Order: sequence, then C-alpha cells, then structure tokens
Amino acid sequence: MAQANVTSEMMGNSFPHPEKWKWYHYFTFNVDHKVIGIQYLVTAFFFYLVGGAMALAMRTELATPDADFMDPNLYNALLTNHGTIMIFLWIVPGAIGGFGNYLVPLMIGARDMAFPKLNAAAFWITIPAGLLIVGSFFFGGAQAGWTSYPPLSLITANTAQSMWILAIVCAGTSSILGAVNFIVTIWKMRIPSMGWNDMPLFCWAIMATSILALFSTPVLAAGLILLLFDINFGTSFFRPEAGGDVVMYQHLFWFYSHPAVYLMILPIFGIMSEVIPVHARKPIFGYKAIAYSSLTICIVGLFVWVHHMFTSGTPPWMRMFFTVSTLIVAVPTGVKIFSWVATLWGGKIRYTSAMLFAIGLLAMFVFGGLSGVTLGTAPVDIHVHDTYYVVAHFHYVLFGGSVFGLYAGLYHWFPKITGRMLNEPLGKVHFILTFIGTNLTFLPMHELGLKGMPRRVAMYDPQFQYINIICTVGAFVLGISVLPFLFNAIWSWIYGPKASGNPWNAKTLEWTTDSPPMIENWEVLPVLTEGPYAYGEEPAEVSS
Amino acid sequence: MKQIPAPLWTLTIGVVVTLISLWVGFNNHLLPEQASAQSVLVDNFFNVMVVIGTALFLVVEGTIVYCMVQFRRRAGDDTDGLPIEGNLPLEAFWTAIPAVIVIGLGVYSVQIFQEMGGFAPGDRMHDHGMMLAQLPDASMTNLVAQEGAETLRAKSVYGIGAPLSKEGQSADLEVNVAGMQYAWIFTYPDTGIVDGELHVPVNADVKLNISANDVIHSFWVPQFRLKQDAIPGKNTELRFVATKVGTYPVVCAELCGGYHGAMRTQVIVHSPSEYRNWMESRVAQADAGMNPAAIATNPADMTEPEYLAPYSDELGIDPRLLANLAD
Repeated sequence: MAQANVTSEMMGNSFPHPEKWKWYHYFTFNVDHKVIGIQYLVTAFFFYLVGGAMALAMRTELATPDADFMDPNLYNALLTNHGTIMIFLWIVPGAIGGFGNYLVPLMIGARDMAFPKLNAAAFWITIPAGLLIVGSFFFGGAQAGWTSYPPLSLITANTAQSMWILAIVCAGTSSILGAVNFIVTIWKMRIPSMGWNDMPLFCWAIMATSILALFSTPVLAAGLILLLFDINFGTSFFRPEAGGDVVMYQHLFWFYSHPAVYLMILPIFGIMSEVIPVHARKPIFGYKAIAYSSLTICIVGLFVWVHHMFTSGTPPWMRMFFTVSTLIVAVPTGVKIFSWVATLWGGKIRYTSAMLFAIGLLAMFVFGGLSGVTLGTAPVDIHVHDTYYVVAHFHYVLFGGSVFGLYAGLYHWFPKITGRMLNEPLGKVHFILTFIGTNLTFLPMHELGLKGMPRRVAMYDPQFQYINIICTVGAFVLGISVLPFLFNAIWSWIYGPKASGNPWNAKTLEWTTDSPPMIENWEVLPVLTEGPYAYGEEPAEVSS
Repeated sequence: MKQIPAPLWTLTIGVVVTLISLWVGFNNHLLPEQASAQSVLVDNFFNVMVVIGTALFLVVEGTIVYCMVQFRRRAGDDTDGLPIEGNLPLEAFWTAIPAVIVIGLGVYSVQIFQEMGGFAPGDRMHDHGMMLAQLPDASMTNLVAQEGAETLRAKSVYGIGAPLSKEGQSADLEVNVAGMQYAWIFTYPDTGIVDGELHVPVNADVKLNISANDVIHSFWVPQFRLKQDAIPGKNTELRFVATKVGTYPVVCAELCGGYHGAMRTQVIVHSPSEYRNWMESRVAQADAGMNPAAIATNPADMTEPEYLAPYSDELGIDPRLLANLAD
C-alpha cells in the first residue's frame, strides 16, 4: 500500500509529462529514470573516449624509453586523469548510473526510481565533475596520480589539484545520492508479487554496490576535503613537517578506493548474470549463491584496503591481516565465475555480440583474478607493488572485466533502450579487435612489472623497450576497436532495424514492455508469472 | 567419447594439467635474477602460486572453451538448453576448494613473511632501554606525555627487519638512505661516506634506514625482491643479505614527480676485498678534500641541484634533469 502511494504521488499527477520525450528533453533536468540512464550512458561513453585518448598519448610516449613525446609533467597529468576519468566518469556512472537507473525500475516493475528529483540531481552533479577535470588541464592538470598521495599532491599544481579534489567530491556525492535511491527503490518498490529471491541478479548486484558506496564514499570525501584544506587553507593534516601524517591519508583514501573496485565490478557481475542465461538459453546456475556472494564481496571488500599499502608505513600484523582478508575475497568471486561457467554447460549458446563480450569477460576475469591472488599476498606484493604487474592486473579486471561487461550490457539492452537493433557483424568485428587489443596491451605488462619496471613513469630502462612496443601496438588496436562500435551505435540508433519488445526472448520484466518503453514503463504494471531465469526445457526426445 | 569411461578422462586431464602447471610454475622465467636471501623465498612462493594459478586457469578456461564448442546453438535449433538451476554438492565443492587454497596460501604467506624478516622491523632498544617492538603504532600512543610521544614516534619503524635466522642480532652494516626528488643519497654512518650509489659487501647482513626529504619515494631493488616506501615523517627500514656479486638497479617505485621515472641508481654488491678497497678509497678521497660538495659544505645550505651536481655521473642522471630540479 505504501509503495502504491509513493508511485502515484511521485509519478502520477505531480509531474505531468508529454506522450513522448523530444530530443531536447534529454538535455534537461529530466526526472524520468530512463532519460537519466541514457544521459549517464552517453556522458560516460564520451568520457571513455577522452580517457582512452589520454591512454593512447601515454602509450605513444612509452614506445621509447626517453621522455621525448611530451613533457613528463604532462605525462603525469595524463596518467592521473586517465585513471580518474575511467573510474569516476566512465565505469562507475556507466555501470551504476547508466544501467542501474535504466534497468532497476524496469526489472522490479516500478514506474520510476523512489526519488526522481534526487536521481536527476545525482546525474547533473557529474557534469561539473567532468568540467572540473577537463578544466584542470588549463592549470597543468593534477599530477599526483589518481591516489593523490600527499606530500606530492600538496606541492604539485595546486590549482589543478584543488579542481581535481572538487571533481571527485562531486562524483562521490552523486554516487551517494544514487546509492540511497537504489536501496530505497529496490527495497520498497518491487511489484508485490516479487520477493527478494525473485529479483533479477542485476538488482542484487546494484543493492550490494549501493550499500558499499554508502559505507565507503564518505570516507574518501572526508580524506579529500582534509587534503583540500591542507592545500588551500593552511591546515596540516597531512603535512609531515607540521606533524601531519601522510599514511593516514592513504588509509582514508584506500578505505574508499578499494571498495571502489567492487563498485566497478559488482554491477558488471550483475550484467553478466543477466546476459549469460538469456543467450545460453539456460537458467542461471546457483541463483542464491550468486546473489549472496555479491553481499559477501561487499562486506569482505570493506576490510581489505591495506593491501594497497604493504610497502607503506604499515606494521607487520596489518600486512598479514590484510593478506588473509584479501585472499578470502577470492572465494565468493570464484563462486560467481564457476556459476557462470556452469550456466554455459548444457546450454544452447547463441553467439550474439553481447554473449561474446560476456564470455570474453569470463575468460579474462579468471586471469585477472588469479594474478590478483598473487598480488594479495604481502611477500609477493612487496616485490611487485607499484609496478606494471599491478597495471596489468587491474586492467585485466577493469578493462577485460568492467569494460567488456559494459559492452555486453550495451549490446544486450541497446534494442530495449533505443528500440533499434545493432548490427551484429560489426559487433563481432568490435569484439575480436577488442579481445586481441586487450590481451596484446595488458598481457606483456605482467612481465614488465615482474622484471623491474615501475608504473607511472614517463621514462624507463631501455631493456624494457621491446615489451613496451608490443603494449603500445596493442593500445592502438584497442583505440581502433572503438570505431566499429561507435559507428554501429550511432548508425543503428538512427537507421537500425526496429526492435520488438523482446528480441532475445528473455524473461526479466524489462522485456515485457515496448522497445523503447513508454514513459512510466507500462500501461498496466506486469505481474510476475515465472522466475527471471525460467529458461530451459527437457529434451523432447532422447537421442540414441 | 562413449568408449572411454569418464573417470579415465578425468584422470588423464588431471595428470596433464598437473604436469603443465608444474612446468609453467618452475620454468616461467618471469622474475629477474635472484640476488638476495629473500629473493629465493619470494620466488618459491610466487612459483607455487603460479602452479596453482595455471592449474585453475587451464581447468576453467578449458571448461569455457569446451562449453563454447559443445554447447553452441546448432543451425535451426531454437529450443532452450537444459533446465538446470543448481547443484548443491558441486557448489559446495567449488566454494570449499578455493577456501582451502586461500587459507593454505595465507598460512604460507605468514611463514614466508616471517622468514623474510617482515615481523621484525624496528626491533631495537629505546633510549631508556625499553623494547619497542611490542608497542603499538606510534599514532596510538599519543596519550603518553609529550616528550615520550616524540621519542616513540621517531622510533616506530616499518619495513622488513632481521630475517628469522638473525632475529635479535644487529646488522653487519647500516646505511642511511634518503630519498629526494629525484635521487637516492646513501650515507654510511660508520665512515661518513656519502654516495649516490649503494655499495655493499656480498653475504653481509645490511640494514637500510630509509627516510624521505620531500615526498614519498619507494626504494626497490627488483633483484632483491624488496621494496619499502621512504615516507616523510616516518622511519622505515629494509634489511637484506645480498648473495651475488654484481650491479643491480635501484628503482623509485612511488610516483614522486615529473622525473620519477628517472629516479634510478644502482646497488653494487662487492666481494669483501673489493668492498674494503672501495671504502678505503672513498675515505681517502674525503680526507683529501676531493669531494667538497659532500664534506666541506653543509648540504642543508645548498639547493638540490648544487648538492647533486657532483654526483650526476654516479647517479646516472642526466645533468639536464638536475637543472630541471631548480624549477
């Protein structure tokens, strides 16, 4: 009853809306969750291209051992903002803001999010974040890495660093507002026939993500605001010469920023759990195990942050405690991986572009997870910390993982979102180029790090040049791989064949309405008749 | 498929995967030369993880590829797959196996870390004779009277201390290491030698007292498998035994500014006689006033480029880079 009130009050008479949104409505303070979802996705993808261009510039610099392509300070500005943009303006807003906003209400049978205005506000806060990041380049750009450890961040490019801090605080605020909204929406606004265990796994993932964001983001904001005060207002929280403690900053930073990697991968895991059953034509294997392992990752993930600080000012017990807690995360993550593989087993796999990206993710995440276990142990981490081995690892899980997952989601839901089908052959070209490019770029980096190349360097020992050239070639393959997708998405959005309401013959609720769905999603709210993954049939006849 | 029984398949695959994993684990050649006592420990641990990782990788990726081929949709078949929603014993199995593996690796980590000396940093006597190793982190002891707190802060040391076999013994040689943008300065307190490169005798138990003058740096010798941040306001240490005569790179591993990538020098591991020669020649040089930059002037009065200029050759740093320091 309560939820009925909420919906009619928020979306009924108080917000009159036209029959259909015009193009310019997508550029306004629109409270429709689907408009906001599209706003997030398009903005995020734009910043993906910006961040990608930065990566290409860096890889060009690294084709030679000397700093001969750009000023080393510019290189540091690029590495700082490449990381920042990819995390705070591409993967987090794309996966949570974009897919989360678009899909959660549709998947649980709601007409909108619980707090539509808050939702719009959360999106529009990310715009100044993006502008501040881009604008900071007029002041040299923040150059202290996305970690912005003091004292370096206190003495380098102060204006740009302050703009960077404000940008992250904006993005963090957006994340907190979104998290509150998701938790309330998923908790209170499911259609009455949908119990917790009837909920699509993507919603479980968004729930776990939101809890994590609520616990961890304020700590980052606190740390960064103290840093801002140190830079601009003469305080000395992190100024060692005045008694400040630089390691304290690292704790505050990583208390958020380790969970941030789960913010970037849990929603992607949710996308995986939706895409794989549909295209394998099988129920998801181990629904509850996947749902609860998201929550387990969310809880354990709050207690592993010191593994980023094994070579910093950390006492022995801390290095050991966090080695063990980090290793434990491998267990629930493994459960998910095995469950997806088991979902493939006995299926009838359709090799759509969405499915190819999902299987590509599975294959690469296994590798990234295994290298993560080696990194999680203090004895090995002491050798490879802050080297290219780390760069290789987190690009396997964040590019091979999160970006592949975002692509899988884009191919899967593009028909729903735009009402048009994407071109499949172009999608396959995109997948093959991306898969080759990813492995060519990031696989050799493992060896670079193990052999002795530190990360975040514009100049390096010439003995590493050969492997670096391979990485640079791979990066350009990745750069080119975006073009077929970009062309495909723009062309198909305008001219692509019309999509039916349910082109993949999927069972979750978002496919029970038109493509694209009408404003407020359904004429009459759907009723749950079967589970979200009720695929599969006994073979009609036993083959001899 | 039907002719060969399933257990035989499993057994064959198991043996093949095990053999490949063992071979990859111990022949991966991914790590550089081993030049310290700790490097052997770290490499063994790493290689064990590579064995386990390769086995898991082969099994999981093999299953994925098998599924992709075996369970692909055949042309004209629009039906669904099998309605399998789970299998409790199987799920318990693949939760338990990784759990056992990570617990094993956790225990193994602790053991290796202890043998490396990870549990013994800062294991030395307080001014007033009190052992500090048992005291909690300095920041937790702020309630102690002001003066005491100051001493405690200074004495709280992080890093890698005496290896298990040498616990409680003092090192053969102590060197103070200061990181600054963009150089390492090594001071030998016993002889007063100041150098831009680290010279140590082979098989000696060496302790580096690491500090930072400006921003955080990180002292890393890949061939030693050891790394420790140099942190302004905190004392850190690394203790190692170099086991092989040779020259190895010292790399800064923590972003420290524009020329972070150029903050490289080397550690030269001498035979004992060579080391003595080096030390004597350096002491003689200092006595003859041949190195005024380091001895005659107070380094604190100089700008960094002035201070570093005499060392630019030894540091392996381009003089142009030094000039940039002035900016």
